[in-house]
Amino acid sequence: MALTGIQILKYLPKTNCKECGFSTCMAFAMKVASGQAEIDACPYIDPKIKEEIAEALAPPIRKVELGGGNYVYFLGGESVLFRHDKRFENPPLIGTLISTNMKDEEISRRIGLYKKLQWERVGTILRLDTLFLQDEGSEERFIEIVKKVRNELPWVALVLASSDVGTLKKAIEICNNFKPLIYGANSQNFEDFANFSLSTKVPLTIIGESLDEVCSLSEKAFKKGLKELVLDPGSQVLRELFEDLVIIRKSAIKSRFKLLGFPVITFPYRYTDSDLLEILIASMIICKYGSIIILSDLKPEALFNLLIERMNIYTDPQKPMVVEEGIYPINGPDENSLVAITCNFALTYFIVSGEIEASRVPTWLLIKDTDGLSVLTAWAAGKFGADTIAPFVKKCGIEEKVKHRNLIIPGYLAGIKGELEDELPDWKIIVGPREASGIPSFFKKFYEE
Amino acid sequence: IPENLYKDISTEKIREVVIGKGEKAIKIGGENILPFYFFEGSMGNEIKIAMEILDVKPEEWPQSLAKYFSDVFHDPALWAKKCVEVYKAEAICLYLQGTDPNYLDLDVNHAKEVVKKVRDAIEVPLIIWGSGNSEKDVEILKEVAELIGERGAVIGPVLDTNYRTLGAIAMGYNLPIIASTPIDVNLAKQLNILLENMGVPLDKIIIDPSIGALGYGIEYAYSVMERIRIAALYYKDTALQSPFVCAIGREVWGTKEVQLPTDEIFGDQEGRGILMEAITAVVLALAGGNLLIMRHPKAIELCKSFFNILSMS
Ligand code: B12
Ligand code: SF4
Repeated sequence: MALTGIQILKYLPKTNCKECGFSTCMAFAMKVASGQAEIDACPYIDPKIKEEIAEALAPPIRKVELGGGNYVYFLGGESVLFRHDKRFENPPLIGTLISTNMKDEEISRRIGLYKKLQWERVGTILRLDTLFLQDEGSEERFIEIVKKVRNELPWVALVLASSDVGTLKKAIEICNNFKPLIYGANSQNFEDFANFSLSTKVPLTIIGESLDEVCSLSEKAFKKGLKELVLDPGSQVLRELFEDLVIIRKSAIKSRFKLLGFPVITFPYRYTDSDLLEILIASMIICKYGSIIILSDLKPEALFNLLIERMNIYTDPQKPMVVEEGIYPINGPDENSLVAITCNFALTYFIVSGEIEASRVPTWLLIKDTDGLSVLTAWAAGKFGADTIAPFVKKCGIEEKVKHRNLIIPGYLAGIKGELEDELPDWKIIVGPREASGIPSFFKKFYEE
Repeated sequence: IPENLYKDISTEKIREVVIGKGEKAIKIGGENILPFYFFEGSMGNEIKIAMEILDVKPEEWPQSLAKYFSDVFHDPALWAKKCVEVYKAEAICLYLQGTDPNYLDLDVNHAKEVVKKVRDAIEVPLIIWGSGNSEKDVEILKEVAELIGERGAVIGPVLDTNYRTLGAIAMGYNLPIIASTPIDVNLAKQLNILLENMGVPLDKIIIDPSIGALGYGIEYAYSVMERIRIAALYYKDTALQSPFVCAIGREVWGTKEVQLPTDEIFGDQEGRGILMEAITAVVLALAGGNLLIMRHPKAIELCKSFFNILSMS
């Protein structure tokens, strides 16, 4: 980070009045430096200095806020080139477009898909979160669509595209406090759009035909005091799009080049006529630095894959997703129900519990803390062998819940069966299938016996 | 914008590894940039895709994949031929899954017979991938190597538990090898050093970082590959300057998602599988994958055109 706590402390009154919610100015300064508190919380700093500090602390890719209320989205806010350097912060928003030229049925179809296409994965709901609304010169219809979309898809962040500032003004009023993104200012309409964004405080897209043009426009925007910007570098071919995305991110992060330190909006369909290739382009943009991805249409099989990719790439590499250690009842188990065990890696838990649910067999699923490692990884790391499973089974309380002593272990742990039987002499160890997909048939059969 | 704001020129280069011999031989590696960072240098050789076939009839392939090959499942030679003639495969990976002691535990004779038939049926380069069982692979690959010595085929996976024997066999026939380690920068480096110390030239080594499919741990492989590549190109870590092979097909086509039937929420079954395989391939190519082993003909075709248009100026 560009400022340390000590440097920030210099600007604070050092009265330790606690109004910021921290016990001392020093504590507050440290939190601000590490990004865990906002400098605004201290009422005693000169606004000009506040701005300077905020500026120095801002991530190299500036954070832009969209939406409002329960549905706030951030674009950008990134500070690394590679996820292993720390993590990627704000996943790209993904959605499609609706234009005033589309027929009513088509518009309803698209809105319907936003509502319908939702998937649950490792405890998270995956769904589309943005929509690009294109005005083709018919204000009335545009406004109608904005109203409809706000009504029916309250969570979706909007990108409003029109060449008419008047139309946009009306559209923004409908959005009320739900901040859309304006698309956008180019070199012809720059003044109008920039002034509009300045007066309404709505973030603005800068549309260039090359990176150089984007830079000259964002420089002008800076001079006007506009900071909530999104870039469309207008790349012509796929290779140029890739290079633009990388160059934008690298110059902002490596060299703190301010003019390009903004999130980027992308349109994969501009680079191909094939809907499958369009999806691969989107998959590239998820890895390589896009902040908004607008697709030509919504295909469930494609979106499902893209949203999983987005979740994977944006998980924090330092913290695998975990579930808590304990006994999980599935399908209403009782003292005669099956007992199975697995690790606490969230992905494993959700796959395994999903299959057990599908089997309808009442089961006690034991989750052993393995620091979020998968079955084999945990075993290889010495966290899921007989020596750690046995004490867990004894102390977790399952012995009071069931009358029998049969424990199903994952098929990949077949090798520890003997050892585990030695450590748990009362228990009979049953080796389950290797893949969770084998659980329903295996569990049903075993339960019947 | 001034180039020095964003350009990082590497003085290093990933080694080129030649697979196969003669006209049909392919080369992988040779880049001095992160994948597709053309503004900083060159990719060397294009990303290559090998089609995967098995030594035994697959039991759990979904219909959406099996239908392209079910007419040749009974004969790996015909299967290989079909991949080359119909789907234009530029390399074939023969996965000796049936030899796995935890699966069918088929013996050396079976492996030799299949390898010989496949070898004679096609001219494109071959990759012979054992079951991954350390001892069994030594037993099998020792005999198999003799059959493919002339062909310059790749053998693997070489593990830290069998690298001495397999390394010696590969050197004996001058074959490239796949050095396999579980998603870890240091383990990958260590295995390369061990192999180099016993005399295996570094331009005969391809790193298998052990990948996971989309939704199944792909992010770990992605980051480990990026870290290895950055160490190789920007920190002059010569022991890591090897190209990557990614066994994508078997990871993707074993997941639940490719088996789920077509419905309104999860969409078309075949399209879902194709995209899952193709996206896994794209993500890993962006992390440095040089040789991708895949299964579905349409996913392969799609990836090829994607890499193509991404390279076109
Ligand atoms: C991603 C990964 C990692 C990640 C960790 C991911 C995580 N959170 O666990 C990282 C990079 C950290 C890692 C590290 C290591 N890894 Co690792 N890793 C993998 C990889 C690629 C995928 C694992 C995964 O996420 N699987 C998905 C989950 C859902 O699978 P799962 O938990 O097994 O669950 C399935 C089944 O077991 C079954 N199941 C689960 N529970 C139950 C319960 C019952 C009752 C039943 C019936 C079924 C069932 O259902 C699930 C779905 O089918 C595998 C290779 C591979 N492609 O599988 C190697 C692998 C597991 N790792 C391995 C090793 C050796 C290691 C390391 C020791 C290497 C090292 N650096 O020293 C370390 C150990 C960790 C440590 N010291 O901290 C080896 C294990 C070898 C072995 N046979 O023992 C593997 C197999 C790679 C290999 N081929 O060598 N690893
Ligand atoms: S509000 Fe300002 S002056 Fe008061 S303790 Fe916090 S930082 Fe110090």
